[in-house]
Amino acid sequence: MSMDRADIAFAVNGAAVSVNVPPLRRLSSVLRDELLLTGTKVGCDAGDCGACTVLVDGDPVCACLMPAASAAGTAVTTVEGLANGRLSALQASFLAHGAAQCGICTPALLVAATALLEKRPSPTEIEVQDALGGILCRCTGYRKIIAAVMDASRQPASLDFRLPQSGHAIGSSPVRLDGVPKVTGVEMFGGDSFPADALAVLVVRSPHYHASFAFGDLDGWAKTHPGIVGVFTASDIAGKNCFGVIGPFADQPALAEGFVRLRGEAVALVAGEREAILDLDLSDFPIRWSELPHVLQPCEARIEGVALIHGNRPANLLTKGFVERGDPEAALAAAAVTVTGAIDTSYVEHAYIEPEAGYAYLDGETLVVVACTQAPYMDRDDTAKVLGLAVDKVRIVPTATGGGFGSKLDVSLQPLIGLVALKTGRPAALAYTRNESMISTTKRHPAEMKATIGADVTGQVTGMVFEGDFNTGAYASWGPTVANRVPVHASGPYATPNYRAEGRAIHTHGPIAGAFRGFGVPQATIMQETLYDELAGRLGLDRLDFRVNNCLRNGSETVTGQRLESGVGILECLESLRPHWTRATAEADVFNSLNASKKRGVGVASCWYGCGNTSLPNPSTIRVGIAADGTVILHQGAVDIGQGSNTVITQICADALGLPLERFRLKSADTVITPDAGKTSASRQTFVTGKAAEKAGRALREKILRFANVSDQATLQLDGPAIVIREGEAVRHIDLASLAADADGFVFRAEETYDPPTLPLDSKGQGKPYAVYGYGAQIAELEVDLKLGTVKLLKITAAHDVGKAINPLLVEGQIEGGIAQGIGMALMEEYIPGRTENLHDYLIPTIGDVPPIETILVEVPDPEGPFGAKGLGEHVLIPTAPAILNAIRHATGVLVTKVPATPSRILAAIRDKEARQ
Amino acid sequence: MIRYAKPTTVDEALALLGEGAWRILAGGTDFYPVQGSKPFRENVLDINGLAALRGIAETDSHWVIGARTTWTDVIRHPLPAAFDALKQAAREVGSIQIQNVASVAGNLCNASPAADGVPGLLVLDAEVELRSAAATRHLPLPEFILGNRRTALRPGEMVTAIRVPKPAAGTSAFVKLGARRYLVISIAMVATRLVTENGAVADAAVAVGSCSAVAQRLAGVEAALRGLPVDAGLITAIQSAPMAELSPIADVRGSAEYRLDAVREIVARAVLTAAGRPTGDKVAA
Repeated sequence: MSMDRADIAFAVNGAAVSVNVPPLRRLSSVLRDELLLTGTKVGCDAGDCGACTVLVDGDPVCACLMPAASAAGTAVTTVEGLANGRLSALQASFLAHGAAQCGICTPALLVAATALLEKRPSPTEIEVQDALGGILCRCTGYRKIIAAVMDASRQPASLDFRLPQSGHAIGSSPVRLDGVPKVTGVEMFGGDSFPADALAVLVVRSPHYHASFAFGDLDGWAKTHPGIVGVFTASDIAGKNCFGVIGPFADQPALAEGFVRLRGEAVALVAGEREAILDLDLSDFPIRWSELPHVLQPCEARIEGVALIHGNRPANLLTKGFVERGDPEAALAAAAVTVTGAIDTSYVEHAYIEPEAGYAYLDGETLVVVACTQAPYMDRDDTAKVLGLAVDKVRIVPTATGGGFGSKLDVSLQPLIGLVALKTGRPAALAYTRNESMISTTKRHPAEMKATIGADVTGQVTGMVFEGDFNTGAYASWGPTVANRVPVHASGPYATPNYRAEGRAIHTHGPIAGAFRGFGVPQATIMQETLYDELAGRLGLDRLDFRVNNCLRNGSETVTGQRLESGVGILECLESLRPHWTRATAEADVFNSLNASKKRGVGVASCWYGCGNTSLPNPSTIRVGIAADGTVILHQGAVDIGQGSNTVITQICADALGLPLERFRLKSADTVITPDAGKTSASRQTFVTGKAAEKAGRALREKILRFANVSDQATLQLDGPAIVIREGEAVRHIDLASLAADADGFVFRAEETYDPPTLPLDSKGQGKPYAVYGYGAQIAELEVDLKLGTVKLLKITAAHDVGKAINPLLVEGQIEGGIAQGIGMALMEEYIPGRTENLHDYLIPTIGDVPPIETILVEVPDPEGPFGAKGLGEHVLIPTAPAILNAIRHATGVLVTKVPATPSRILAAIRDKEARQ
Repeated sequence: MIRYAKPTTVDEALALLGEGAWRILAGGTDFYPVQGSKPFRENVLDINGLAALRGIAETDSHWVIGARTTWTDVIRHPLPAAFDALKQAAREVGSIQIQNVASVAGNLCNASPAADGVPGLLVLDAEVELRSAAATRHLPLPEFILGNRRTALRPGEMVTAIRVPKPAAGTSAFVKLGARRYLVISIAMVATRLVTENGAVADAAVAVGSCSAVAQRLAGVEAALRGLPVDAGLITAIQSAPMAELSPIADVRGSAEYRLDAVREIVARAVLTAAGRPTGDKVAA
């Protein structure tokens, strides 16, 4: 049934090429699979993300929407053609500005911006936005991309990598150490290095939310399809067909056994030669489905007598978290003012531009999985468990990861491709389609929350009660973490002496809700911060003053009874916003006095967030050594999913060791060669792995000093294959080549582990769940069109206490990217299973949706963090949505109680208010 | 084997169409997303070799937009002010990457209720040229798009052009309402074309998309506008004019009530913009 192939000739990056492919093969596939130009990325195969943008005869097009036949005779330019022996000014400008984080959208942005700069060498902001509006980026928040393109014409011919002097790495902003491959297109992501002889794998998935199924004659079916090598089901799984990120809650089969609990659940794998799989129609796959009743809402799932989604979890309750302190009922009864409210949130999709991808192969008896991930060691353990292998017979080799934001903490395709490789003995490769990624991987939990907060006449908060149902979907994933983190954080960074909070994770047949930047805290903060505005209003207090009056200070006790001795920076964050608050509210007042149908509003909200696991062990190990040639080799196992750990961890280690950054070489998070630095989640890498890197750097320094018999006052310097050590007048040389190297090639080495000191939470949630917290506050300024319900964001001002900004440019990048995700959550992102399983019905912010962002870095050092540093990655998203909702209320007088606050919902709230007046 | 053909003349293409069922490939921007990762099982007629069908030409009676003319072609081609709404819509079709290859005719053949290109053509009274090996016929656009994803295209036929009758008088404007700035499916969109004489509306055309299965001209609004002086009274007229043609549904982008409410506002804005009086927001002091 296939189509004749044709010879198609065209030029790519100036070179003539000819391919023999079916004429309807997508140009993106031709570039990647035939010509091995994998710098052109595939994010959606539908023109929704723009990641495949190339130039055809100078004009940007989506290569995924162009038939190979249309390329005939044209000149195609891909990212690989932009550097001509050295970086183009635009590529250099991207690195200088920190415009590439994970790097998956970077090739497309560079290509499209190159076309713009050809016509407009010094474009305006609007021109840049218009030119790049068709390319989605999920990491950066776009502002640094805009700046990089606008400034490209001023970029010096040679890029200053800004490598700091020895001892000055911390606090400097060198170009990210892994940056160059991200702008040249040579960075290898999950789908970019498939072996030519790999079997292609298709996953058969459930079209139903809840159904039983039975297979027909699978072998017979396979035999009638040439090129199909095998069909594999749960019966082929040798290990325990049950995985999950939290061992005691593990409940998810890699391939379902007889029935499915969610739409998109995997039931079978079809492996075959690549061309056979491309031409395979699964409509005659022998499976018979029997649909079963399903529940998608927690309120339905909690009804007594409803069928249990997991037989061992009564009332479909996965677990709940609970924190209680003082006597909240008495406090609320005695309060001068109390406010009560309810907020609902929606499923939010991570929408990284790189769908899950990877390949697996057998190296002797070891199964090697090369794939994108946030958690290589957890992948190893779960893959080994499912496939019945010893953990040392599974090796995880992380590729570059094109965004994660929490979802790539869970295994996805690892056990699937591993199974095919084991069963066939051949490499097996799989890249999820966008639809497959969206329906089968985790989401942010939808929350149904209610709360009451009371304050006394002086405006001091006296008590709060909070409860929330979090729709955790069909399997546990990180639901327990969300249920536990929420009650610990739902007070916000405010002293709340009387408090009760309960978070419940409830199973439904909806998408699995798991980890997503903030683990439920962004949802809970919307509840708390919108009530704070109402309280301030009822008390007649300025909304910023009210927060300043109540925020935690050094010496405060948290709702878990943890006394914060030092390092509490929320007051500094709020105070640093004050001039902006004064200006913004005054400007809004003036605007509003002159305009009737558009109104401006200003909102503020805060965050706090504990870094690392909640009351659980959470170690990271870092190994660093010096090779005989004078190279410093850092085994850096904190997976860099774009946030910058490759650079930040190295900066910390460099200054702890006392050698310059430029002498460092990184070994990645390969589970065979690099110690476990834990998962990239919970805002823990800078703090926990950074602390391990500090300890390892200091330990290595100590070994060298002891070898040279000098004191800690000495300085180190690398001079070729020698270390020069100076202390006062004394100078010593250590000839590294003369020393015996160990099996890893090190002549000096150190390995250190750090595990943050926490204490368990008792039955009332009292204890010390985190060793370090980070803080922040943001102001949103916006304009609401009262006749359409549309919101135009004007500016976000973000003050974040990071303890110590190890790399200020990367900190800004995290803040801007987190704010963009907060904007999406506040205004447009709503994943509806069965309805928004693509990137044109599911909307994330484009380059035109993120306003200017002013970052204020606050540095209140934490004694526990490395060089005083705190975590940041999740904090930055938390205040944005509540600040926006508060600003909308300031502008319109209405609070939207279901997010996202779409134009439809905002106008409905305005009309409702009008009807009540 | 399924067939693939890329003819270079229209006659050749029409002859092939007469031989059996084909799926037509033009810009590909709807073709590939519909295909997804499924294998091809239909014969595909690739019309990208038909050079004669690309570009905009002028005859004594019509502006003729060839079927392969892209949205970028429309933007770049000098056209009367009556086409401004179409040009503004062109800039909102997907992204620049889409506009560079997607054809105007493809937007009509795809027959999405949210097709950004349709209202701008409706206010120009555009008609669709359909050819088969045997015959050529011209259908007014409202008779071509019959419903959600349904057109009057017959077996053996293809769209060869879109024709806009002259003089294409007046000025026009397009307003799109979406939940984000770029690359967004419209919640609603409006195109208007006004012909004014001596400070009054001599003729008005108003079309709305995404608020019914097929974009609709609003006869009641048009009638209410005709003869009115070009001033704030136009808004008053729009506020009370019937919009019986609209039958919006609720979907992920907005409720039906919202669409009906918001569309009246964007009709007003589009009319004022077409009249050269873009909506200022200042309150008289």
